[in-house]
Amino acid sequence: MELNDDIKKRWQDSKILLLGGSAGSFKLLFRAVKYFTPSLNKTVIIIIHRKKNFLSEIEKLFAEHSRMYLREVGDKDSIENNAIYIAPANYHTLVESETQFSLDVSDAVWYSKPSIDVTFESAADVFKNKCTAILLSGANQDGAEGLLKLRKQGSLTIVQDPADAEMADMPNAAINIKAADYILNTEEIFQLLQI
Amino acid sequence: MINDNTEAKGLTSVEITDLINLVKKIHGFDFSGYSKASLKRRLTRIMQLKRLEYYDLKHLLINDNTFFQHFLEEVTVNVTEMFRDPLFYKALNSQVLPYLSTFQHIKIWSAGCSTGEEVYSLAILLKEMGLQAKSFIYGTDINTEVLKEAKRGIYSLRKIKSYAENYQYSGLPGTVTDHFTILYDAATIHTELKQNTLFSVHNLISDNVFNEFQLISCRNVFIYFESNLQEKILDLFYRSLCPLGFLCLGSKEAIRSDSFKRRFKTVNAKENIYQKIGA
Repeated sequence: MELNDDIKKRWQDSKILLLGGSAGSFKLLFRAVKYFTPSLNKTVIIIIHRKKNFLSEIEKLFAEHSRMYLREVGDKDSIENNAIYIAPANYHTLVESETQFSLDVSDAVWYSKPSIDVTFESAADVFKNKCTAILLSGANQDGAEGLLKLRKQGSLTIVQDPADAEMADMPNAAINIKAADYILNTEEIFQLLQI
Repeated sequence: MINDNTEAKGLTSVEITDLINLVKKIHGFDFSGYSKASLKRRLTRIMQLKRLEYYDLKHLLINDNTFFQHFLEEVTVNVTEMFRDPLFYKALNSQVLPYLSTFQHIKIWSAGCSTGEEVYSLAILLKEMGLQAKSFIYGTDINTEVLKEAKRGIYSLRKIKSYAENYQYSGLPGTVTDHFTILYDAATIHTELKQNTLFSVHNLISDNVFNEFQLISCRNVFIYFESNLQEKILDLFYRSLCPLGFLCLGSKEAIRSDSFKRRFKTVNAKENIYQKIGA
């Protein structure tokens, strides 16, 4: 499929890329992390579900293969352009202001901490229409509500094609509540990231 | 862009500031230095749970004292675990306790202790290391309701079992349930572990130094405070520590201010354990 001008323009205009994924999203996220270079000219925030006490292996692997500044979010870390931030396990990651993160240890949302909803919702509050958010494969419905909030604020919202996702529940949950501007498969997502 | 008029509008920042001022004036609790993103989430949650509009919430905050206790409990995050971040306990055991064991007394302050899980985790660690007899742990919180639970030391068995993995990773012998008396679904912390503990109300924002400590643990409290307030409380901790006393922050909370970096030596950068140095 050829991407249309609307999606291309809104992608180019966005300052923030939010990537949310759970079971079955790792491969795509890893490929994206390896792909990004500073010509991206955006801030990347990744929320991926994982267990606590699972020692930051994801950050280590991502950092080794990334050509961008990459770190796990710490309390009150600043939000910089051309950096990749990973939400830490056992915390919720919130966008405090356009230039700062904050963390929260309150209850898990959809059994998940980090929760994609929590980050997406606070990003919608602060960044309004400046984001592109992509919700990927996963086995629960975290992220759908947050994606809808982003869409209502005018951010570009994309859901991985359920037929293409290893776990279709998360994409389906978002599609069911009309949170998606576009539904794309993996290759189309990478076509967009290349623009 | 799509519009949906059926959904309630979120709190605006003006409304949040208004609520903060109200609570400060009427109840004396100052939330102005709290991180706004998290505070907004908590306030929104209270309104959803209680099915309140903004003006209903204001009305209750002004006129209903029992509601305020509940509000306080909901607005402050009281989620805690026993042996949260097991590697922190391992680091305490290997890098801090050998040092503190040379002291005559070990006074510990667990600031923002919520329902007491951290206090009892520390008590278990001290007992296992044979330091219990000369230790005393003060647990404080701004919330009287959670302190009641902490004092009781009774938790649901399901909850205690969920700490089994943390306990195992912390490297302590046995299992977490070894430290509890279990009756049906209730797990009660052993009386001997409660002996050298005291729970009391203390407000980090408005109250002052109340004792001198060898170790202060304040984990996952700073994440709710803005940087200026964090510094104010760092100063309180600095003044509350004995020379060469230890400060433990949460695993994602580092000391950022240059002036305090000079006054605290980093003992463990990963677990954010610091030691008071300088004058």
